[in-house]
Amino acid sequence: MKKVYGSAEEALDGLLFDGMLIAAGGFGLCGIPELLIDGLVKSGVKDLTVASNNAGVDGFGLGKLLDTRQVKKMMSSYVGENAEFMRQYLSGELELEFNPQGTLAERMRAGGAGIPGFYTKTGVGTVIAEGKELKEFDGEDYVLERGIFADISIVKAWKADDTGNLVFRKTARNFNPPAAMCGKTCLVEVEEIVPRGSLDPDHIHLPGIYVHRIIQGEHEKRIEQRTTRKREEA
Amino acid sequence: MPWDRNQMAARAAEELEDGMYVNLGIGIPTLVANYVGDKDITLQSENGMLGMGPFPFEGEEDPDLINAGKQTITELNRTSYFDSATSFGMIRGGKIAAAILGAMEVAENGDLANWMIPGKLVKGMGGAMDLVAGVKKVVVVMDHTNKHGDSKLLKACTLPLTGKGVVNRIITNLGVLDVVEGGLKIVDCAEGVSEDEIRAATEATIVN
Repeated sequence: MKKVYGSAEEALDGLLFDGMLIAAGGFGLCGIPELLIDGLVKSGVKDLTVASNNAGVDGFGLGKLLDTRQVKKMMSSYVGENAEFMRQYLSGELELEFNPQGTLAERMRAGGAGIPGFYTKTGVGTVIAEGKELKEFDGEDYVLERGIFADISIVKAWKADDTGNLVFRKTARNFNPPAAMCGKTCLVEVEEIVPRGSLDPDHIHLPGIYVHRIIQGEHEKRIEQRTTRKREEA
Repeated sequence: MPWDRNQMAARAAEELEDGMYVNLGIGIPTLVANYVGDKDITLQSENGMLGMGPFPFEGEEDPDLINAGKQTITELNRTSYFDSATSFGMIRGGKIAAAILGAMEVAENGDLANWMIPGKLVKGMGGAMDLVAGVKKVVVVMDHTNKHGDSKLLKACTLPLTGKGVVNRIITNLGVLDVVEGGLKIVDCAEGVSEDEIRAATEATIVN
């Protein structure tokens, strides 16, 4: 089965519907699926629920989908870097479900691993646990969290072969593998599609079984906080 | 004289032991890395990295290499990378020996509030709730009082909690206090600061 597609539009074709749930990889602007986000903007699909650790910045990353009002709800752990996000949220146009970062990652991983719910001590005794089932294990309280089963996943990897085996680069891996796992259909954009056999099977970060559609393209890879040190300090 | 930011960070670095895997929060906790000396400490960045190095030289920034504060950083010869689920697995699983983080309020029972002020802009808890729930030793570094002069060490937190009964040790500009049965215990005073001065600046119960 052919997994390689020519563009984000082609890859997204036939998968989109209003009100769908999308899991997106990335942390801040690092390792975000820039091309597939652009494809979603072009498609005009709306009332999206997006599970993503962050919500981009104004005019870049998921911020583009906020600017076009295509997002109904975000499931995130940290959203502060986006004025348009805050405007829509404070005016009630946009729903926001805060998830502790590790809980969000595990909810995605669990969904991809066929686990509908799990107990964690993260958030016990805080607003996060309100309305959720608590269970005691060995004298300690844990809160029930649900696996996320997304309609599609949109993720960014460094390299793929045409069977969808993925390699990520440095901290751009972040939420991409768990997000990829939890989608019914997983779309991946990479910097380079390499010939079959050129990736060391022992060094595959995510096996191609999780990957359904692959595109290749140029990435802007914008830096959110450029921090450096002076040479003489070394 | 109360400690300044760097002295607080230096005091916090004394909490770290050779061989520890440690997570440092933003603000003063980040400065702790400057004071670990010869100790073999591995810094975790919860976006998916163990062995975090210093900021890059100008022109060598890599957009694929950032810390949890989204700042460009570098890798070391011990560095490993992993995904977010694995990262929080090691946090929740108690593999990280210590977390040093800032706070708005700490209560005498170890409750911690550092993620939201009702009515103000709420950005989210990020990884803070997972860290305080899972890491073995939670050390808070913060000023003893807020800008109005009110104690930040309280009988009970007034702000929404990040974690319940999670704080082990508090390092302030006035000294070091441990969360123990019945309240807080003074374990160290900044040079020239007396125990009485710490008591006077603290709302929480101080036990002997």
